[in-house]
Amino acid sequence: MTDTRHTLVALVEDKPGVLNRVASLFRRRSFNIQSLAVGGSEHSGLSRMTIVAVGDSAQIEQVRKQLEKLINVVKVSDITEEGMVTRELALIKVKTTASTRSEIMQIVGVFRANIVDVAPGSLTVEVTGDEDKVNSLLRLLRDFGIKEISRTGRIALTRGSSS
Amino acid sequence: MKKTGAQILCESLINEGVEVIFGILGGSVLPIYDTFPQYTKLRHILVRHEQGAAHAADGYARATHKAGVCIATSGPGATNLVTGIACAYMDSAPMVAITGQVARSVIGRDAFQEMDITGITIPITKHNYLVTDVTELAKTVKEAFHIAQTGRPGPVLIDIPRDVQQEQTDFIYPDKVDLPGYRVISRGHPSQIKKAAKLINEAEQPVIIAGRGIIISQAYDEFREFAEKAQLPVAHTLLGLGSFPGDHILDLGMMGMHGTPCANLAVQNADLLIAVGMRFDDRATANTEEFAPNARVIHIDIDPAEIGKNIPAEVPVVGDTKSVLTALNEEVKKGEHVDWLSQIEQWRCEYPSLEIRETDEVLPQYIINQIYEATRGDALIVTGVGQNQMWAARYFVYTKPDSLISAGGLGPMGFELPAAMGAKIGRPEKVVWCIAGDGGFQMTIQELATITQEDIAVKIAIMNNGYLGMVRQWQELFYGRRYVGTKLWNPDFVKIGEAYGIPGIKVKRREEVIPAIQKAMEYPGAFLVDFLIEPEENIYPIVPPGECLARFFQPSKPEVLEGRF
Ligand SMILES: Cc1ncc(C[n+]2csc(CCOP(=O)(O)OP(=O)(O)O)c2C)c(N)n1
Ligand SMILES: [Mg+2]
Repeated sequence: MTDTRHTLVALVEDKPGVLNRVASLFRRRSFNIQSLAVGGSEHSGLSRMTIVAVGDSAQIEQVRKQLEKLINVVKVSDITEEGMVTRELALIKVKTTASTRSEIMQIVGVFRANIVDVAPGSLTVEVTGDEDKVNSLLRLLRDFGIKEISRTGRIALTRGSSS
Repeated sequence: MKKTGAQILCESLINEGVEVIFGILGGSVLPIYDTFPQYTKLRHILVRHEQGAAHAADGYARATHKAGVCIATSGPGATNLVTGIACAYMDSAPMVAITGQVARSVIGRDAFQEMDITGITIPITKHNYLVTDVTELAKTVKEAFHIAQTGRPGPVLIDIPRDVQQEQTDFIYPDKVDLPGYRVISRGHPSQIKKAAKLINEAEQPVIIAGRGIIISQAYDEFREFAEKAQLPVAHTLLGLGSFPGDHILDLGMMGMHGTPCANLAVQNADLLIAVGMRFDDRATANTEEFAPNARVIHIDIDPAEIGKNIPAEVPVVGDTKSVLTALNEEVKKGEHVDWLSQIEQWRCEYPSLEIRETDEVLPQYIINQIYEATRGDALIVTGVGQNQMWAARYFVYTKPDSLISAGGLGPMGFELPAAMGAKIGRPEKVVWCIAGDGGFQMTIQELATITQEDIAVKIAIMNNGYLGMVRQWQELFYGRRYVGTKLWNPDFVKIGEAYGIPGIKVKRREEVIPAIQKAMEYPGAFLVDFLIEPEENIYPIVPPGECLARFFQPSKPEVLEGRF
């Protein structure tokens, strides 16, 4: 079986320590996760977690079932095979000089990204999209010198009316 | 009328049917202890080490099928529980552990005896709680017992800050739990049961692997009907012993690293394995790559995460074994398997599992077998960890349901004495034999004081080989007989027993074995027998690490070890 990237979406109770339980499980069972993003959901008292994990399908099914065993985890689905919308947000602080500023702004425009902070010697860019888009923008900005990056990791929902 | 947190805890425990609590007090649980005299229905057993409290609660739980309860103070009391909680977790024993915590106002400030016990026990509990509001306490206890005792059982810890124990609120014990993230699938899916039945009906060389799940769900009758109707031979995991009569013609005994050749060969040559309430632990399967190469696998377990974790299953059936077996019994046809069963009989004759050398030496196999004879199998055997455990598993015939209590998953030395104590308190009408290793016995030996103080009539058989025997055996077989750190200087255990108020005798010769066992059984209270066994006696057969189940080594079959190590 081959390793692929899987997107798991979990509804978890919004209680202290839940993130710790989830993280502890990944560490203890040596599950390989790439990103974990968590925030509110449409249900009050429940948060939605998006987890990107790497492994073969048997390993990922183990992750899913072990997660579901946690008392504070209500439901976990592997939505990789379903139609899904995924997004990531990144903030990128890039070095600027008088001569590079306009070129950077042009690139930012092409990516429909936003400039959210301007300072002498740097610009902070906000970009939203799938990981490929974020990675492409990063590649282009790298030449100018990147001072800091902060990425949220993937969040995802299934497409259409299914839930 | 308002009640304090401590009173609410006690009332809630009584609501859950708790009768016994094992523990040691300290500053952070003083308010709880202070209320105990108001609740005479709760018997508190003062142990001598919190590890003993947890193992005793575990032994109690396994003997009674009810959650065992232990209590400890914050900090060191709580951390001392950890081994016992981990043991219950690995073997799916229901337990509720209660710990005191420092007052809320100082949590997070490294206060005296503050320990993050909920953080520490996340990986070894089914769930745990830090109660920060007294109005949540009754609900928390309700949930804890529900979680500990349903589905795949396990330990739940409740950490209660001292000031929460003193705070007051109205006491209302909830009659229901609301746990949206906790579901127990108890009935097997009908179509999976049909598929399983079809495989069983078509199999020519089927074998059941019986695990502790059958014992947990007390499905002895359903299980026996299943095996008998379809004529399925039964191999056991260590913790599955006692789920099926050990003297039954279909019983093969224990499989695994120290399993009977008959069980191992049957599993390895099967065309169908029916795993019932077991988790394919590596001590049972040996090398998984070469495990039962021709077998299709049906896996029945209440925990969906066990399916496919270690061995892929062609037909998984998630559900409670009792309910699944009841449904399966409707679907399976009467079986015969004449050729297969006669092949198994041949293996059984070739490798008799209860054969014991004729010698003047005091052999542990003989002692265990004589305890079986003396009790006619009607006893609770509680073992330590190591050779003594394997001899107890192999040379006692588990003919009665629920007759073995042993720490299989964690295997902590020192389990034997406190677990036997807990088992005897849970089942006072039973003869309880504690089979101890001389090493492990000294890890929790102080519980002899508890036994005397509380008058707990356990019979203690020390398999005194003067070694950390199981490790010595590995050094002998796999490390060129270089004994490093395994030789034990031991105190005189009979004198130790006497000092603790427990009579005992030393056995040095074979002919003294039977009288000593008789004497122990006739004595009304706790009794200790120090058996000075053959120091370098080994447990055979052994499947060397990395080998498959069929490649077991025993002195009469030396080729397995040739060219290795
Ligand atoms: C707490 C703990 N420490 C170490 C071990 C490793 N270990 C497994 S068996 C064994 C030897 C046990 O010696 P003893 O209690 O005398 O039993 P015997 O094997 O001699 O019957 C040891 C050290 C263990 N299982 N548990
Ligand atoms: Mg020993």
